[in-house]
Amino acid sequence: MLRYFLKRLLSLALSLVVASIVIFLALEVVPGDPAAYMLGINAQEDTLAALREQLGLNGSLIERYAGWAGGMLHGDFGISYTYRTPVAEMIGERLWISLPLALFALCLSTVIAFPAGIWAASKRGSVVDVVVMGVTQLGVAIPNFWFAMLMVLVFAINLRWFSAGGFVGWDAGFLLAMKSLTLPAVALALPQASILARVMRSSLLDTLSEDFIRTARAKGLSKRQALWRHALRNALIPVLTIIGLQFSFLLAGAIIIENVFFLPGLGRLVFQSISARDLIVVESVVMLLVFAVIVVNFAVDMAYAIVDPRLRGRR
Amino acid sequence: MKLLNIRTGLISVLALAASVGMAQAKSDIVVAMQLEPPHLDPTSAAAGAIDSVLYSNVFEGLTRFGADGAVNPGLAESWEISSDGLAYTFKLHGGVLFHDGSTMDAEDVKFSLDRARAEDSVNAQKALFAGIESVEVVDPLTVKVTLSAPNGSLLFNLAWGDAVIVAPESIENIKTNPVGTGAFKFANWVQGDKIDLVKNDAYWGTPAKLDKVAFKFISDPTAAFAAVMAEDVNAFVGFPAPENLPQFEADPRFQVLVGSTEGETILSTNNKMPPFDNVKVREALAHAIDRQAIIDGAMFGYGTPIGTHFAPHNPDYVDLTGMSAYDPELSKKLLAEAGFPDGFKTTLKLPPPSYARRGGEIIAAQLRAVGIDAEISNLEWAQWLEQVFKGKDFGLSIVSHTEPMDVGIYARPDYYFQYDNKSFQLLMEELNATTDPAARSALLKLGQKIISADYVNGYLFELAFPTVASAKVMGLWKDAPTQATDMTAVYWAE
Repeated sequence: MLRYFLKRLLSLALSLVVASIVIFLALEVVPGDPAAYMLGINAQEDTLAALREQLGLNGSLIERYAGWAGGMLHGDFGISYTYRTPVAEMIGERLWISLPLALFALCLSTVIAFPAGIWAASKRGSVVDVVVMGVTQLGVAIPNFWFAMLMVLVFAINLRWFSAGGFVGWDAGFLLAMKSLTLPAVALALPQASILARVMRSSLLDTLSEDFIRTARAKGLSKRQALWRHALRNALIPVLTIIGLQFSFLLAGAIIIENVFFLPGLGRLVFQSISARDLIVVESVVMLLVFAVIVVNFAVDMAYAIVDPRLRGRR
Repeated sequence: MKLLNIRTGLISVLALAASVGMAQAKSDIVVAMQLEPPHLDPTSAAAGAIDSVLYSNVFEGLTRFGADGAVNPGLAESWEISSDGLAYTFKLHGGVLFHDGSTMDAEDVKFSLDRARAEDSVNAQKALFAGIESVEVVDPLTVKVTLSAPNGSLLFNLAWGDAVIVAPESIENIKTNPVGTGAFKFANWVQGDKIDLVKNDAYWGTPAKLDKVAFKFISDPTAAFAAVMAEDVNAFVGFPAPENLPQFEADPRFQVLVGSTEGETILSTNNKMPPFDNVKVREALAHAIDRQAIIDGAMFGYGTPIGTHFAPHNPDYVDLTGMSAYDPELSKKLLAEAGFPDGFKTTLKLPPPSYARRGGEIIAAQLRAVGIDAEISNLEWAQWLEQVFKGKDFGLSIVSHTEPMDVGIYARPDYYFQYDNKSFQLLMEELNATTDPAARSALLKLGQKIISADYVNGYLFELAFPTVASAKVMGLWKDAPTQATDMTAVYWAE
């Protein structure tokens, strides 16, 4: 187990270093001058030079990479070019929306997908199975931003149950804050739940046709008992993989949904920063997301080991 | 079961919140706009969004723009101009306090103007202060500004958001905590979401009628529509989806104000790049364009046709649209005379706003009809600034020039469209040196005619400024003479 753990940890660290170099270089070659963007079309050349100096844009590539990467090691992400506030602070604020939103959506997705997938698998070919498969097919096909707009139309504009977007802030109380995240979370969760339910179903069906299930049935377990005691646990590995991928996607990929609901989350921050060429913010947020993806994958790897003892011994 | 309880609890909490909200008298407002300010210092960035939130509300200058675009007294209650036009003596209002409680006096004015024109200044409109030779404190309420040459636009220049008076001790944190003299104080900024202003009870002038103003930033046009429809916001200034305006007009809950702006939307033409260095080609371009079709197609009918680089609502505007009437046959003839009977290929580089992206498609089609093949590329603003504005690597582009009274850019041969006409440059010099209103008006009219006759750029339309608001909100500016959302006179009707 320890060996497995260390190996994974080493690959985690390597991935981070490589990612930071790639991100930095990729963004440095993006054309566009942040100073010119800020000062607009009437700016004079000497004014631009003064601002570039202020922003520290004049150093060499290596100097700037070292400054950025070195700072990150002790939690200092630098100062945003446009906002002139510490990037770490900005990211922290946005995380308070993006992280709960991603978790909320993931919970919804899991809560919907597990019963649906298990139910469909246990009653293969029945009406239930057909309905679950049909609905999830639709859920995968519908673009989530379209579904989001539809929900806004129904629940915000017509029924007035929710506001059309925005975030009231955690100061307004947990329930109100969660309420303002509900529509976005549902919009995000729908396609994820559909995918997850389908994976759950097919994985469970595969497991149910394995020899050890037949053996279990032969030992006298009912179909239901065999499913809950033996099949489910074995069917979980692909499901865990998908959940891990989904969490990273939900954290990083909510840009469009954040725009539809004008939520001040991480996605929106990246979006604004790219157009303003606030590269230090873009680099740091992307790095953070990469970090999140890698750590989640690491956690999923660890979870495999718990679910499947065979992996622990593997070289 | 537990889940059900939480839901019931949630609903009752919401109902309670709603009823509390209803009982309050309306003295606060939520105003939405598309763009969020990058920071809160109007004196060190070009972003119009900074002025949209802070101009007149939080920060004031010596002079200020009124709703009609006129230059009115601001922190200066009066001024005297010496007979040679070189010295302006401003008399300041007494008893003006900054929001931090300190007194605003002549020292602060000197500090602000000197900071804007200093060597290491990062003021985006530094040219506004170029002619100022010195700023002297005569007494605590009197400031004397001396110019190196007469400048008829000084009072106008000082009304810009880039020329507001700031407190020296606030500079260090001005980008996140702006301290001004206005009728509203800055309260809070949730980045990416909103900025709150509260009433300044110690205001020197007419106090604001609202206690609280929240500016919310909603960039997506669909989200903007939903937010107004759901009445999450009370007003949306610069509403981004003109196609939805008729729906709001038909709804008694809302009022729609379509005002004018200082945004001349032009088909920018690279005057130094062949074949556009030939005036005949530029004339052919002008006649190939059907303005009304662009206004209808790209702006859903909102916009005023222009024939020169000047705002139609300005009293000095001359209607020259006839000079470049839509006439594709004439356009083809001119192209043939210029040596391009079969047309030519060029580039059309478009920045992100919808007037450019949508308008660009229509213009490309219109140009194709006379044989000009304009290859469209869509750019982000930062790319546009680099390639088109700085690099001058373009044939055509579409941009709205939103600075007020900016016809002077035609006197700068190194400006991105590279128009170099000595007589126009002399005319602008003369204009700068003229203070007599009648003479200025005559010069401005002549200038408009020169650039129109030279077909420097394709003149399309003046950008409209749509505001959608609750029918009960009164006192909003209809027009946008500068990028401001002046909330000082806004109130709720009963």
